[in-house]
Amino acid sequence: MVDNKQQWKAWLYLSPAIVLLLVFTVWPIFNTVRMSLLENYSGLKAAGGAVFEFGIGNFQKVVEYKRFKECLTNTVLLCVLTVPISTLLALLIAVTLNSIKPLQKLLQTIFFLPYVTNSIAIGMVFAAMFNIIGLRPDGVTADTWGIINNVIQFFGGKPVNWVNQGSQYWANMTVMVVYIVWNALPFKILVLLGGLQSINKQYYDAAKVDGTSRKRVFTRITVPLLSPMLAYVIITGFIGGFKEYSSIVGIFGETMGPPDAAGRLNTMVGFIYDALSTNSQGRASAAALILFAIILAVTLFNNMVIKKHTHY
Amino acid sequence: MKVTLQNLTKIFPSRDKKSGKEVVAVSDFTFEIPDGKLIGLLGPSGCGKSTTLYMISGLQKPTSGRIFFGEDDVTELSTENRGIGLVFQNYALYPHMSVKQNILFPLQNLKGKDKMSKEEMLERALQAAKLVQIDELMDRKPSELSGGQQQRVAIARALVKMPRVLLLDEPLSNLDARLRLQTREEIRRIQKETGITTVFVTHDQEEAMSISDMIVVMKLGVVQQIGKPQEVYDDPINLFVAKFLGTPPINVFNGQIKDGKLYIGEDAVMDVTGAEDQAVTVGVRPEGFELAEDGKLTCSLSNVEVMGRDVSVVSTHEASANPVIRSIINADNKIDLSQEVVRFNLKPHKVFVFNAETEERLDVEVK
Repeated sequence: MVDNKQQWKAWLYLSPAIVLLLVFTVWPIFNTVRMSLLENYSGLKAAGGAVFEFGIGNFQKVVEYKRFKECLTNTVLLCVLTVPISTLLALLIAVTLNSIKPLQKLLQTIFFLPYVTNSIAIGMVFAAMFNIIGLRPDGVTADTWGIINNVIQFFGGKPVNWVNQGSQYWANMTVMVVYIVWNALPFKILVLLGGLQSINKQYYDAAKVDGTSRKRVFTRITVPLLSPMLAYVIITGFIGGFKEYSSIVGIFGETMGPPDAAGRLNTMVGFIYDALSTNSQGRASAAALILFAIILAVTLFNNMVIKKHTHY
Repeated sequence: MKVTLQNLTKIFPSRDKKSGKEVVAVSDFTFEIPDGKLIGLLGPSGCGKSTTLYMISGLQKPTSGRIFFGEDDVTELSTENRGIGLVFQNYALYPHMSVKQNILFPLQNLKGKDKMSKEEMLERALQAAKLVQIDELMDRKPSELSGGQQQRVAIARALVKMPRVLLLDEPLSNLDARLRLQTREEIRRIQKETGITTVFVTHDQEEAMSISDMIVVMKLGVVQQIGKPQEVYDDPINLFVAKFLGTPPINVFNGQIKDGKLYIGEDAVMDVTGAEDQAVTVGVRPEGFELAEDGKLTCSLSNVEVMGRDVSVVSTHEASANPVIRSIINADNKIDLSQEVVRFNLKPHKVFVFNAETEERLDVEVK
């Protein structure tokens, strides 16, 4: 422990970091809370020297806002669908990747590529793949189908209107889930593969001596020993899922939905941005705090469940 | 269960592509392990002892040669079908399972007619735990156990499915000195109680000699000598075996045989029959020295280390191959440290004569 006379030195050395944190982290958080409680707040009115009253009016407005429920539903739905699917897929791919020797490094690189690619760019590619516009098998160029619909037709299915005018909500959602899962895989595979490779090989030798079936090795040895990594990707997956925004912009553009149903796929973060862009900082702050509360609650719940099943 | 190794050979392909040299880990190992005995595979690191163990376990496939359990040829049999119990060097206890779950695990894997009811499994697990005296610790996690306790759990897990052969890889290397002493007695007791043919690997000759019924000394993949510990100690086949067994190690001198006498340097220390005149290497066990006023071997005295019951006399001699000579003599002998020389007579049965070049033991009689 530093004695009292020396303590000012410690504070001196810490001060650059502390000042930066105060200005860019602590103050914004505090200010968000303050703004969320200032009724009728907006930047313009503040400039005019208007007086604001404290109250929970912003929170009320957020909850009553017609788009709020929709945004919350979309966000929760995307989380609940994509996190389990992407985690399971990543686990399967990581285990498979770990058990093959030739080309392992090459395949690892291929699986990791989406991670280093811009998500808006990927979104545009996905939008094109699911688009109606594309080359139709009969050679007609106008009003034709993207590659996904071409494949569906090749196998004798009926083409689906995935993302264009007149498309259904479930079709939009399917595209989003596929895209988000695909986009989330590389990081999860990387983390899980790292975890797998750090498991001592002797556990597998011991299991072999004991005549353990492959399924039992997976469920009783691999998964428990991988549980810290699994916990990590699930928790960060949920946090990332609740902050979902750019992937929807990537596929549907800023309309956040097909042209005839703008905003249908909007999320919580989108809701906050919308409020900001209409100069309703109070509403945006309140929505941000609600999102924060949801993420906190879900993470605490995750932690509680995971703690029971995780071996560190 | 008798275990027979027949011309067992393991060759690892070269890692270094340029030189292309293969690594012969085990070369032409033939040995019959008698039923119900405790066998120690002994040698310095890289001698192929662990490879041999893993070939018996089936985790590694021999390049050539065959392995029999009793009359069954198990060479092509996979590990899980051999009915072995294996204790790994670092125990490899599943860290997320309790002691009980660890011991139960092999039983829960049993299928078909071997399948047991929950009660049977629990009873068997408790039996195994009692045998190694860990039945008080059944609900602990491995991380909450000491090294010695983990070792016992590993043995219980290996024993619970009643293996035909028990294999232990460096079972004591992760324990501290006191625990090592205690655990090796335990291993001996458990082996005697169960009567399971047991093979263990060690680089510690004291460990191997103290509990084995038979030891196999290996060097660079080649078996040097097989026998009862005392026999191998008293009658080493070559200089390597003589050097490897015994603490403190054997004293080695450059000597020669001339006119029926064995010379160490200028000192004619013994009469020798049955060999022509030649340069030889002489090995003398530390306990093979006797203090004598008119002793034939004259050494320069350096130091006397008191060990209680015995004293260790440290001295030097120009013909010694080691920097110092260490001789163990009874503490009743008083040695005056102020004197510069110390004279010894040698006990004939503690003196071994080796060919200076091949290092093979010469079949001579010393008196």
